[in-house]
Amino acid sequence: MSNVGIVIVSHSPLVAEGTADMVRQMVGDEVPLAWCGGNGHGGLGTSVEAIMGAIDRAWSEAGVAILVDLGGAETNSEMAVEMIGEPRSHKIVVCNAPIVEGAVMAATESSGGASLKEVVATAHELSPS
Amino acid sequence: MAAPDFSKLIAAAADTIAAHADELTALDQAIGDGDHGLNMKRGFEAVRTEAEAIAAKPLPDALKAVGTKLVMTVGGASGPLFGTLFMALGKELPGTPDRAALTAAFGKAIEAVSARGKSQPGQKTMLDVLQPVYEALGQGKTAEEIVDVADHAADATVPMKALRGRASFLGERSIGHMDAGARSTALLVRAISEAIEGS
Repeated sequence: MSNVGIVIVSHSPLVAEGTADMVRQMVGDEVPLAWCGGNGHGGLGTSVEAIMGAIDRAWSEAGVAILVDLGGAETNSEMAVEMIGEPRSHKIVVCNAPIVEGAVMAATESSGGASLKEVVATAHELSPS
Repeated sequence: MAAPDFSKLIAAAADTIAAHADELTALDQAIGDGDHGLNMKRGFEAVRTEAEAIAAKPLPDALKAVGTKLVMTVGGASGPLFGTLFMALGKELPGTPDRAALTAAFGKAIEAVSARGKSQPGQKTMLDVLQPVYEALGQGKTAEEIVDVADHAADATVPMKALRGRASFLGERSIGHMDAGARSTALLVRAISEAIEGS
């Protein structure tokens, strides 16, 4: 698929899966989409390994936009991007946007064939800077 | 500085984290999400299980391996933060460092942690221990003095207001509690310094 992929990273697997559900229902299947949530040990949290896996599942040559909830999700996502390394890391952006609205808006933009830059900009518009 | 057996350093670090896991969790329960002790213990025990293979590598590669393992196993934001510390040390240190090389690498590693956490010293984090330790290294202080500096620096986070991480949500209510990450950093500084001195 050539559309930009969307990855949803929440501390809660329920939030991540629910957000992905909303994207699927509201945007459709034209966008590569993956989610992860939880610390991998049954608790709340995020896991670098799980995030790297989600990026792989949503991978697109057009790039991947990651939507996160709280601080640790952002830190872990940035770590995951760094560990994936070049050249793919240049095509992955952790968005500064609310997770649910950001995921839906970014996916909507992506489904129209927009570039990674455009997808990320759409998500960022949701954040008061 | 004698070249220490790296597996002894791993054992010392894992031992101190395991011995203080409950204390770290209690600190984190006060102003964070209460998983710091358990997370750190999981990470350092994972490093311990591979201590032999890690210790067989050249020092820079060994440090990078420790960092990568912590990133993958600690979870929470502490994984990337402590992982980045060790990975950056591995990237910056030569195979057989002297004090000057150690100090320079430590400075670069602090910058990497600072960038990873988007934080600066004074915000009630592990950086509030790392920065004074870096300065003490540069001033040529002894291992014993450096351990003291780290302990006092962790204590000094008690009156600080948290500006990063989960504790920052509490604002003024974070004042009066020691930062768990600062405490675990001081514990690691003590364990590793003593292990190096004792080798």
